[in-house]
Amino acid sequence: MRFLAAIGAFVLGALAAIGRVAIFAFDTISHLARPPWYPREFGVQLLQIGWNSLPVVGLTTIFTGGALALQIFAGGARFSAEAVVPQIVAIGMVRELGPVLVGLMIAARVTSSVAAEIATMKVTEQIDALVTLSTNPMKYLTLPRVLAATVVMPVLVAVGDTIGIMGGFLVGVNRLGFNASTYLTNTIDFLEWVDIVSSLSKGAVFGFIAALMGCYFGMRSQRGAAGVGAATKGAVVAASVLILGANFILTEMFFAG
Amino acid sequence: MIELRGVHKAFGSKEVLRGVDLVIPTGESMVIIGGSGTGKSVCLKSVLGLIAPDRGAIMVEGQDVTQLRQGSSERDTFLARFGMLFQGGALFDSLHVWENVAFRLLRGSQKRPKDEAREIAIEKLRRVGLTPDVADQFPGELSGGMQKRVGLARAIAAEPEIIFFDEPTTGLDPIMSGVINELIREIVVEMGATAITITHDMSSVRAIADKVAMLHGGKIRWTGPVAEMDNSGDPYLTQFITGSAEGPIESVR
Repeated sequence: MRFLAAIGAFVLGALAAIGRVAIFAFDTISHLARPPWYPREFGVQLLQIGWNSLPVVGLTTIFTGGALALQIFAGGARFSAEAVVPQIVAIGMVRELGPVLVGLMIAARVTSSVAAEIATMKVTEQIDALVTLSTNPMKYLTLPRVLAATVVMPVLVAVGDTIGIMGGFLVGVNRLGFNASTYLTNTIDFLEWVDIVSSLSKGAVFGFIAALMGCYFGMRSQRGAAGVGAATKGAVVAASVLILGANFILTEMFFAG
Repeated sequence: MIELRGVHKAFGSKEVLRGVDLVIPTGESMVIIGGSGTGKSVCLKSVLGLIAPDRGAIMVEGQDVTQLRQGSSERDTFLARFGMLFQGGALFDSLHVWENVAFRLLRGSQKRPKDEAREIAIEKLRRVGLTPDVADQFPGELSGGMQKRVGLARAIAAEPEIIFFDEPTTGLDPIMSGVINELIREIVVEMGATAITITHDMSSVRAIADKVAMLHGGKIRWTGPVAEMDNSGDPYLTQFITGSAEGPIESVR
């Protein structure tokens, strides 16, 4: 019986958490329609989340694209299909690796910093101070971050996809003996609109998840340094898992059937 | 006038406030004393609506503030009459000092041109004894005492009718404590504001208070003018004032 009670408690806890996150998400979105807005905060977050993430996005995807080309060449050679490297790199980067890797890097870089920042503001009473200064923290802190991440992530994913393909191209041309113009032609001819649309849509969803988790865990932080640490860890773990889960669901929606 | 009537608040199984009744007449400076964890902060935060009491009413000028909806314009109007100095200052560390002080003047219903807001901020900084060159620094670059002053400047920037001070001297040396106490007293008197201060620093009590209330066991144990505090005959209050380990208040050793 104790075993069953433990399962029950876990399920109830999980459902309550899902409910709280959903309410938090709806509350955040509802502020889009309710002034006042803080465009300056939004602009700052666009720079922080978008522009400042470019180096890490570029580095992650260029290496992955290169490794992907090497693997596909080696694997393809087993049944004389080395020639498909450009096509498979393109589809692999654009459909899956681009959005997922950029999403996870944003979870590491943005979710953690948002969670730590907001949690610190919470434990030092800065959130309370905002309220007493007639400023709604959901409008002033959460909405600009979530909106900026959602808007800027498709751009980051597009950059990541492109650089990943370029990584594959560099390896393909310099190491594997592909002709440069054939490689590019094969890549471009093979990609379909749905590949690109799915890639950018995933980016937007992942950006929303990453920033939302950072804000949610930050706002619920417990007191002290340990509280901030726990909030940050929880935010990054939740964002990463949710991004991978959402990726599966989105892939299913776009490509299954 | 601020009036708390039978305010109860529990966190989980821990009952912090068990029916607080307290009246603060307009223009008076009330200091709430009590040991750590007796719910002094919870009292203040309940009035501001940062914490929702479980039971009881909190009236500010005849309006029950516990009924104000989060984010409603009535609540914004209500909050616009308040200034609060937080214990750790709670300055926004991503903003310059002057933007902190002028925060309310840069957005929302009290918004005004940037130059004007900056001028007011510098004027308020001067009022709390800081030079204008502090305006363009970040809070992290200032000492604890200076941060307290900036917090004070922010609390008074929008000319509030009611000001709350949460442990204004905690973490300051005795001389700086004295300076801050004096500053608070001067400002409250010259603005004619209603003030509530929570503290366990008796030097603050004597410098700031018109009236004193002692919170113990989730209720107001004693309240009266500061002059009567020393001869109250209440063993709890007497023990607290003298800082004695012997008395009805249990101390953990």
